[in-house]
Amino acid sequence: MVLYSLTFYLFSSVAVLSALMVISAKNPVHSVLFLILSFVNASGLFVLLGAEFLAMILVVVYVGAVAVLFLFVVMMLDINFVKLREGFLQYLPFGALLGIVLVIELGILFLTDRSSNIYNNQTPLQPIVNEVENTKMIGQILYTEYFYLFQICGIILLVAMIGSITLTLRDKGGVKRQNIASQNTVNASTAIEKKKVKIGEGI
Amino acid sequence: MTYDILITGLIIVAQILAVVVPVLISVAFLVYAERKVLALIQLRRGPNIVGPFGILQSFADALKLITKENIIPSGSNKIVFILAPIITMVLSLAGWAVIPFAPGWVVSDINVGIMYLFAVSSLGVYGIIMAGWASNSQYPFLGALRSAAQMVSYEVSIGFVIITVLLCVGSLNLSKIVLAQQTVWFAIPLLPMFIIFFISALAETNRLPFDLPEDESTLVAGFFTEYSSASFVLFFLGEYASMILMSSMTVILFLGGWLPPFDVYPLNVVPGVIWFTVKVIFILFLFIWVRGTFPRYRYDQLMRLGWKVFLPFSLFWVVATSGFLVYFDMLPN
Repeated sequence: MVLYSLTFYLFSSVAVLSALMVISAKNPVHSVLFLILSFVNASGLFVLLGAEFLAMILVVVYVGAVAVLFLFVVMMLDINFVKLREGFLQYLPFGALLGIVLVIELGILFLTDRSSNIYNNQTPLQPIVNEVENTKMIGQILYTEYFYLFQICGIILLVAMIGSITLTLRDKGGVKRQNIASQNTVNASTAIEKKKVKIGEGI
Repeated sequence: MTYDILITGLIIVAQILAVVVPVLISVAFLVYAERKVLALIQLRRGPNIVGPFGILQSFADALKLITKENIIPSGSNKIVFILAPIITMVLSLAGWAVIPFAPGWVVSDINVGIMYLFAVSSLGVYGIIMAGWASNSQYPFLGALRSAAQMVSYEVSIGFVIITVLLCVGSLNLSKIVLAQQTVWFAIPLLPMFIIFFISALAETNRLPFDLPEDESTLVAGFFTEYSSASFVLFFLGEYASMILMSSMTVILFLGGWLPPFDVYPLNVVPGVIWFTVKVIFILFLFIWVRGTFPRYRYDQLMRLGWKVFLPFSLFWVVATSGFLVYFDMLPN
C-alpha cells in the first residue's frame, strides 16, 4: 500500500510540476518536452487506477504521434514566446475564471452521490484486478451502448481529415511527377533509340 | 513490512538485471556478427585480430570509445543534448520487460503487453529528435526531421499488422499471442502481414535500406554527428538493442515465440528459450542480410512505400481477416 501511495504521489507531483513548466519554460521546445513528460506521468496514473489500456493508448496516440508532430512544428517554426507572453496580464482574469469553473465542476462531481460511493469506500490506490480485461470491457461498452456516438466521433474525425487535406492540397503547375509503374515497365526497346549517323553530318 | 518491500525490490532488480545483462552482451556479439556477415557478403575477412576469430572486437571498440573525451558542442542545448542518448538507451531496454522468453520467463506479464511494446517503440523517435535539435547543427537536424517523419509513417502500418494478429488471438497479452500459435504460426496464414511487419521493422529501427536519418553520403552521420565517446556508445547500444527488440517482437507475433516448429518428440524437448533465441537470431540475420544486399531508398520512395503501398494494403488485410473470421465463425472467444 505504501508503495502504491508513493508511486501515486510521484506521478501526480511530476505531472503537475511539468504542466507548470509547460507554461513557464522560456524555450518552446522545452515546453513541448515537459508536455510529453506530463502525458507520460498521466498514463502512469492510469496504470495505478487499473486502466492499463487507456494508459497505453495515451502514450501511443498523444506521446507517440500527436506530440511528435507538435514538436516537429515547434522546432521548424521560429516562435517568439516572449512576444506571445506580452498579453499575459490582460488574459489573466479570463484564465483564472476558466480555472475556477473547472474547480467548481470537480467539486460538484465529488459531492454527488454517484462518486461519493467510490470515495467513501476508502479503497486503496492499487490496480483493480478484474476477471475481464479492461480492453474487453471498453470494447463491450463502446460497440454496444455507445455505438452511435462512436460512429459519430469517427465521422467528425473524417470531416476534420478531409478539411486538413483540402487545406494543404494545392495543385502547383510545373511539378514533374513520377509514374512508378511506367518506369518499371521500361525496357531496352522503349528506352533506347538506334540511329544511323551519316559520316560528316551528325544528327 | 519494510523488510518485505526490500526483498520484493531486490527480486525485481535481480529480474531486471537477468534480462538487461544478456541483452547488452548479445548487442556486443550482434555487432561482431554483423561485421563478420557483411565481410563474408563482401568477400572480406572482417574483424579477426582481437581474441580468437576477432570475437572480442566489440568489447575493444566499446572500451576505446568510452575512454575518449566526451565533447559537448558549445552551441548545443546541453541538458537535452545529454538526455537524448540516455532516453534512446532506456527506451530500447524498457521494452524487454514484457517479452516472454519461455513459458513464465517474463519480468512483467501484463494484459496489454503488445500495446506496451508498441508504445515503447513509438517513443524511440524522441531520442533521435532531441539529439538532432539539441546539437544545433544542420546535419543532425535534417536527420532528426527525416527520422521523425519516417518513424511516424511506418508506425501506422505496424499498428495495422498488430491489429490483424490480435484479431486472430483475442488478447493483447504476449504469452497468449504465442500460445495461440500452437496449431500454426501466424507467419503462414498471415504471410503478407509478416513481410510488411519485417520491412516496417527495418524502417522503425532506421536500418538499411531505410537508414536515411543517418545517411552517411548525404548527412555525415545524421542525428548523432555531434556525439562522441560515451554518449555515442549509448546511441549505438540503443540502436542495436532496439533491433533485437523488434526481432523478438516479430518472433512473438509471427514465428510462434518459444514454440517448436512441430510438436513432435525430438523438437519439443528442446527448452523454449533456445527456440526463441534461434528464431531471434534468424530474424537478425535477415536484418544484416538486407543491409548487405539492398541499396538505400530515396526519401520520397520511402514515404511512397509507407503511405501508398503498406497503409492501404494492411488496411485491406485487416478488413479481409476480420471478414474471414466472422464469416467462418472463427473469432476467438
